Amino acid sequence: MRLTGAQAVWESLVREGVETIFGVPGGAVLPLYHALADYPIHHVLVRHEQAAAHAADGYARATGKVGVCIATSGPGATNLVTGLATAYMDSSPVVAFTGQVPSPVIGTDAFQEVHVTGITLPITKHNYLVTHAQELPTVIKEAFYIARTGRPGPVLIDISKDAQIAEIEYAYPDEVHLPGYRLPQGDFSSQVQEAAQMLNEARRPVIIAGHGVILSGTEDQLVELAEKGHIPVVATLLGIGAMPDEHPLCLGMGGMHGQGHANMALAEADLVLSLGSRFDDRFTGPPHTFAPLARIIHVDVDPAEIGKNVPADLAVIGDLKDVLPALTPLVEARDRSAWLARIREWREESAQLDILAQETDDLIPQYVVRQIWHATQGNAIMVSDVGQNQMWEAQYYVHRRRRGLISSGGLGTMGFALPAAIGAQMGLRDEQVWVIAGDGGFQMTIQELATIAQEQIPLKIAILNNGYLGMVRQWQEFFFERRYSGSRLSGPDFAQVARAYGIPGLTIREKSEVVPAITQAVTSDGPMLLDFHIVPEENVYPMVAPGSAIYNMIRRPKTVQNGEEE
Amino acid sequence: MKHTLVALMEDKPGVLNRVSSLFHRRNYNIESLTVGHSEVPGISRMTIVLEGEDRIVEQVVKQLSKLINVTHVLDVSDKPTVVRELALIKVRAASRTRSEIAELARIFRARIVDVGATSLTIEITGPEERVDSLVGLLRPFGIEEMARTGRVAMVRSGEDDGNNGKGYSSQTAMPQSVPLMAQEVPM
Repeated sequence: MRLTGAQAVWESLVREGVETIFGVPGGAVLPLYHALADYPIHHVLVRHEQAAAHAADGYARATGKVGVCIATSGPGATNLVTGLATAYMDSSPVVAFTGQVPSPVIGTDAFQEVHVTGITLPITKHNYLVTHAQELPTVIKEAFYIARTGRPGPVLIDISKDAQIAEIEYAYPDEVHLPGYRLPQGDFSSQVQEAAQMLNEARRPVIIAGHGVILSGTEDQLVELAEKGHIPVVATLLGIGAMPDEHPLCLGMGGMHGQGHANMALAEADLVLSLGSRFDDRFTGPPHTFAPLARIIHVDVDPAEIGKNVPADLAVIGDLKDVLPALTPLVEARDRSAWLARIREWREESAQLDILAQETDDLIPQYVVRQIWHATQGNAIMVSDVGQNQMWEAQYYVHRRRRGLISSGGLGTMGFALPAAIGAQMGLRDEQVWVIAGDGGFQMTIQELATIAQEQIPLKIAILNNGYLGMVRQWQEFFFERRYSGSRLSGPDFAQVARAYGIPGLTIREKSEVVPAITQAVTSDGPMLLDFHIVPEENVYPMVAPGSAIYNMIRRPKTVQNGEEE
Repeated sequence: MKHTLVALMEDKPGVLNRVSSLFHRRNYNIESLTVGHSEVPGISRMTIVLEGEDRIVEQVVKQLSKLINVTHVLDVSDKPTVVRELALIKVRAASRTRSEIAELARIFRARIVDVGATSLTIEITGPEERVDSLVGLLRPFGIEEMARTGRVAMVRSGEDDGNNGKGYSSQTAMPQSVPLMAQEVPM
């Protein structure tokens, strides 16, 4: 079959099962866009390439399939960078295509030329520059394979314009040949036996559920293991949803803004079994203070994660899909009622300090998130931005469904939520997808409201609007003498902005308006934006000061009035 | 402790950049890095010398192994190895010092590869310490120019090279599905 390079790209994508892509056309990808019209692939035009990368990432996280984005050379390619770095940090399978200037002028500083493979080298799992069309089928096959296998990650393919135009005899390879890319296939049975023995001997074990549980699709196996051994589970931010939050053994999120009882359980644990987590500093605090009484078993598909941040007493290198079915049968049921009772005490303490246990007429963000949870019965796909809104979402939305939380964990990319939610909704058309964002982050990618309008994407958007870069302000309050330098933020009337884009928008200023507004959004067929004017100086509790052990938490003061803590 | 790593990688554009970028990004300090062809067509061989704690070097090995174009990484620091470096040293030589310099070169089994009116160029091959010694002795004469290759290393014959005794010398010895790190780096 004779195809141009451009046709070969789309033909290969169809064979990889790609149905939806996100991008912006431009000079160096015109041959690709010209050929696209002949293939059954839906192109979502975003308004900025950063959004294309985030959307592909959100699509991947929601569906488990590889997300695809496309941008032109030069500024189009550099605009992808934040999105690729976000996907890389969170091990999200994305394949990005960029156009490159024609190969004869590469290196001459041609119009819209940039060395994109150089720029993206440290933020992609791998990347390619293709200047010969005949390489395209092999490269695309490899890219998808690399992106989705092992520890997933983004792969970028930069294609010179002449390679898009040249004709080739097309054949898509059946397999890849990558001598330097090895997936763990080692025999881990002795390590698994040792792990089981350590678990069986432990009196106060805790499982850490990381993103790896979700990426490997082993949510059920996690629950099975926890239930069999009566072992409580603490989630990392990206591990939320690995186990239903309502499960009695699920302690919720740990770390800097983790649940008090989750952090205390880690503090007193005598054994920690980490499943697919990379011991991020926001989760562990200073490594030497982390789980000080515990022996640590670290299970990961990526050998480089073992011992990188926190030393492991035992390492099991393998895919959780293989490790958990081997481990669980060796784990014995143990009576851990004393340990679970101790955790229950901490949990009750957390509940007492919970702001929702206190009477207030203020419009507090925790109440908003909790009401969204009620209205969606915990079954929505929540896409949070970064900062206070992200932590309130993680703490107050009780996640019931798998892949129910999508958030930028590692890179902490403000502006992530709206475009990532576009990707998630495009992947799961029949699910309800919610954006939780602050007024700061939302203004970083606000232009994507146009994409929602054009594509008729029924996203529900909740802005927790406090007029600050809230987490910055909180740090300034706690650690920088309440000097709110650069964190005071003005914004537009978001509801009016939404309406200008053709999207219904509501402004909510009173607590009594919260439930009706959310109900209206949940029951409407189309998109809707809700701008919640929340208490401006509400803080996220608990908080662990940077440099402190995670069991040294700043807890919420007992009473709250008019947003001022006393 | 000083570590010597040997890495095999596909000979493709940009691979050296991937390796050096990795060192920079992960804040690893490299003492020397040499790269050239290996015995397998299409495969380059790199020798990397770095100073660091074992834990850091273990990370270097693991991160290098993750690069898609890198097929094999081995820490040969603990193994009996043949280690060599080549240096070209252009040293100032007046007529009265020329014979003294030539005598030093002879003692070190170095060769004089170029003779000029006011200088000699000496080529020396050997372990770095030997090169260091000669450089030290030549310095008082005035070294005008020097080029050192950095270390290349090879595990001695008959020693366990971490590849099940197969060596690297045939295509079939290229690992297909071995979890390299699990075997070669103590956890």
